[in-house]
Amino acid sequence: MPTVRFTDNIQRHVECPTRQVDGVRVREVLDAYFRANGRARGYVLDDQGRLREHMAIFVDGGLIRDRHGLTDPVPADGIVDVIQALSGG
Amino acid sequence: MARASTCHVATRKGLFTIARGASSWSVSRVNFLGDNCTLAVPDPRSGTLVAALNHGHFGVKLHRSRDGGASWAEIGTPAYPAMPDGYVPKMTFIGKPIDWTLRLVWALAPGGADQAGVMWCGTMPGGLFKSEDGGDSWTLNRALWDDPLRELWTGGGAEYPGIHSICVDPRNADHLVIGVSTGGTWVSRDGGTSWRIGGKGMRAEYMPPELQFEPNAQDAHLVVQCAARPDVLWVQHHNGIFKSIDRAGSWTEIHNVRPSAFGFAVAVHPRDSETAWFIPAVKDEKRYPSEGRVVVNRTRDGGKTFETLTKGLPQEHAYDLVYRHALDIDDTGEVLAFGSTTGSLWVSENGGETWQTVSLNLPPIHSVRFER
Repeated sequence: MPTVRFTDNIQRHVECPTRQVDGVRVREVLDAYFRANGRARGYVLDDQGRLREHMAIFVDGGLIRDRHGLTDPVPADGIVDVIQALSGG
Repeated sequence: MARASTCHVATRKGLFTIARGASSWSVSRVNFLGDNCTLAVPDPRSGTLVAALNHGHFGVKLHRSRDGGASWAEIGTPAYPAMPDGYVPKMTFIGKPIDWTLRLVWALAPGGADQAGVMWCGTMPGGLFKSEDGGDSWTLNRALWDDPLRELWTGGGAEYPGIHSICVDPRNADHLVIGVSTGGTWVSRDGGTSWRIGGKGMRAEYMPPELQFEPNAQDAHLVVQCAARPDVLWVQHHNGIFKSIDRAGSWTEIHNVRPSAFGFAVAVHPRDSETAWFIPAVKDEKRYPSEGRVVVNRTRDGGKTFETLTKGLPQEHAYDLVYRHALDIDDTGEVLAFGSTTGSLWVSENGGETWQTVSLNLPPIHSVRFER
């Protein structure tokens, strides 16, 4: 079962503990996580269900490619990291 | 009618509440310190306070307090519907189609006194949302969103068009006037079921000559309505100052305004429609106070003449710009407050004759709203 971890910076807005959830694509994994934590969805995805512009998701250390459809595969023992896409100085 | 004694100041780094003490105003509470609070609007019907936050990475959120700011809870956020399959948005002024996603909460307005729970919300990109439960949930007004002219709205100073002004007629809350940058003024007489664009008279000299008087091309910076005479509206426009005496049916340009007719903010006296205040700046890409002097322009004769008020305001090397929501007036028409991009905040208790400095060191100020 994949593991989902969130940036520390989101925790002061909405608590997002590390959890293991079902899913073989990023979308399925996130949907599974947000089923038990609905408020977190709007902090990570926009109102069209796309990854927010300044957020990033890594699967096993690799940046996902499909930021809108979230169709990138997730291995059964994969690690999904949801972080801020920091840029600038 | 009591004078205002509390004011909510939304800034780039939090929400600051100021309160009047025995003889002066000072900061009495700070909420959301460090977060970008873009707007905070009290609802006099319920005593609640709604604050809009823009967290950048994490998006736009709304919070509500039922105890004057002592505690807060996150409430619903306006969400755009899915774009229909095959729909191709029109290209805008700057060559970018408008995305159907919330970028900014730019206006919040309680509904009428007889509409408990109703709130209106204007957003970038150009959405008007309505809540009937005090902000717990929001619905996009499709009549306006689906109007073909709406697709021609475009960004003014921002990338996307936005609704910044929502005027609810105190005589009949189904009578609405909104202001759009850039998309002129729009009027509904049936609570938002249908809309028509405001009338002619506004002028956009930056447009090609044939389009300068096109109502949908007007960059209204802010629209305000006189509470006692709601047929009268004032607009601080990108191109000058305009007034309507027929609920946005037509507009008249106000001429000969010194030092400048450019600015963002306007306030109208709640009982005297001919008295209004403006904070001029050098137009339009420069955007700083003329000669480095912060002044307030006041007309008391409907725009025929203006007084330039300066007592208590910095008159040399002051480069404070005042955004559209950063000037407010209380219900008595005597107490005004305004805040600037450089974190200065002033209050007047005599209609602008003299000003008291509350702070020169706040974060950049987005909006100023008196508790009513």
